[in-house]
Amino acid sequence: MPAKNKEPYKQSYYPPVPTGLTRYMRRSLVWQFIRFWIINFKILKLLTKSHH
Amino acid sequence: MSRIVILGAGISGHTVARYLSMWVGKQHQVTVVSPKPQWNWIPSNVWVACGEMTAEQVTFDLAPIYRKAGVEFLLAKAVSVHPEGAAERSRPFVRIEHTDPARAGQTEDVDYDFLVNATGPKLNFGATPGLGPEGGHTVSVCTAEHAVHANAQLQENILAMRAGERRRFVVGTGHGMCTCQGAAFEYIYNVDHSLRQAGVRDQAEITWISNEYELGDFGMGGVHIKRGGYVTNGKVFAESLMVERGISWITRAAVNKIEPNKIHYETLDGTYHALDYDFAMLIPPFAGVGLKAFGNDGSDITAEVFAPNGFMKVDGDYNPKPFDEWSKADWPRYYETPKYKNVFAVGIAFAPPHLISKPMSSPNGTPINPAPPRTGMPSAAIGKAVAENIRDILNGKATGPTHTASMAEMGAACVASTGSHIFKGSAATMTVFPVVPDYETYPDYGRDMDLTFGEVGLAGHWMKWILHYVFLYQAQLRPGWSVLPD
Repeated sequence: MPAKNKEPYKQSYYPPVPTGLTRYMRRSLVWQFIRFWIINFKILKLLTKSHH
Repeated sequence: MSRIVILGAGISGHTVARYLSMWVGKQHQVTVVSPKPQWNWIPSNVWVACGEMTAEQVTFDLAPIYRKAGVEFLLAKAVSVHPEGAAERSRPFVRIEHTDPARAGQTEDVDYDFLVNATGPKLNFGATPGLGPEGGHTVSVCTAEHAVHANAQLQENILAMRAGERRRFVVGTGHGMCTCQGAAFEYIYNVDHSLRQAGVRDQAEITWISNEYELGDFGMGGVHIKRGGYVTNGKVFAESLMVERGISWITRAAVNKIEPNKIHYETLDGTYHALDYDFAMLIPPFAGVGLKAFGNDGSDITAEVFAPNGFMKVDGDYNPKPFDEWSKADWPRYYETPKYKNVFAVGIAFAPPHLISKPMSSPNGTPINPAPPRTGMPSAAIGKAVAENIRDILNGKATGPTHTASMAEMGAACVASTGSHIFKGSAATMTVFPVVPDYETYPDYGRDMDLTFGEVGLAGHWMKWILHYVFLYQAQLRPGWSVLPD
């Protein structure tokens, strides 16, 4: 069966879609463990700056 | 001995109560008035509404917690505020109506020296015919009970799809002036996740509908974030999340009527549309809870104390002004009412001076724009600042409020997390600083570009999971609660 063309110019045509590598990094325990501490640090900084 | 009366025991009211009980509870009387006997960690309701958690996991009884903390707890709803007292009563007081079954319907006047209005919102389902789970046709995640009902409907639809049927799920906002898009945003991803887990995603069409001008507005006029070597708009980030999951979206929409299986809405261009649905979770607009205020001669001063939407006016600049002239200085800093220096409003109960998103209306005159968000982190930060100010005044360290919590000087975080498995979940983490754009300090985008970011991955899921347990632990005043961040 021949492959069907994807219809262009629809809503879903424009936004960025994650590549395989991006999706892998989102699930990688090692990388996410590092990101976890970075996000924690940023949120802690945000909290600290929010109290006056 | 002074008496501090706190109306409401949600995130902001409970924050005020726990800090004041710790700081001044031995010397002064702290009284909490709430119509509900339980505290609810509302951000986790989305997990209840997908069957990932039970209502018991996101709520707990307040009475034993307050008993332990020496806080007087009255199961009642506030009816009216009398900040000048009355002819026969010189002290200011609040009139309450008991909801405790033993005294249901009885009224009582409670004197106060300081009053903190933390009543939260009235979930105004009545603003849109057919909206909401009580007499309407849609479900909600605004309370734990609503979330349990939403999950029951979700599971019914999953069963129907397992039997081969197709279903359309619609999630978003149920009126042109809603706020709290973040809760709906998180729920739509959880619905998608639940359908995938159940193996029926192919038979489902999922649609987002909201009053935002663009996806990712969240009532804050959107955000800019650094991404892939560019500064880009949060719209791109939000749309990417939708496309990745095969979810379509409708924005600039004011839902105006809901029938069984049909949502009617108007868009910003003034055209009217209808959308079929099998399951719809639409957030209601918020309003004040309908508190009245009276002067000492019995005159109705409600319009002086409250804005027309029912929220309490505090130290913001409520003079109408064009969008171009909005400034961070318009936003309240102390949450103290201008005339009554011992009355404060925190969390959703205070009246924002204006929108954060740009006001829009259709050619038919229908306002279609998100209202400012005040839930979660801002609610707690405001509550803590007000508690610090009352403490300092009571202890004689200050004659007026000194601690500030302007939404133009504080940040907020939203973690939209899906799934309960620690290694198989996912989350979109978004933070913004400050909530109200500050173009004086940050001329380019109005926000700190280091603290305003968006990221997808397991790390956010772990954070959300930890926050759920940390905030419940903290709210239950377990050992060391006061050193945990709010």
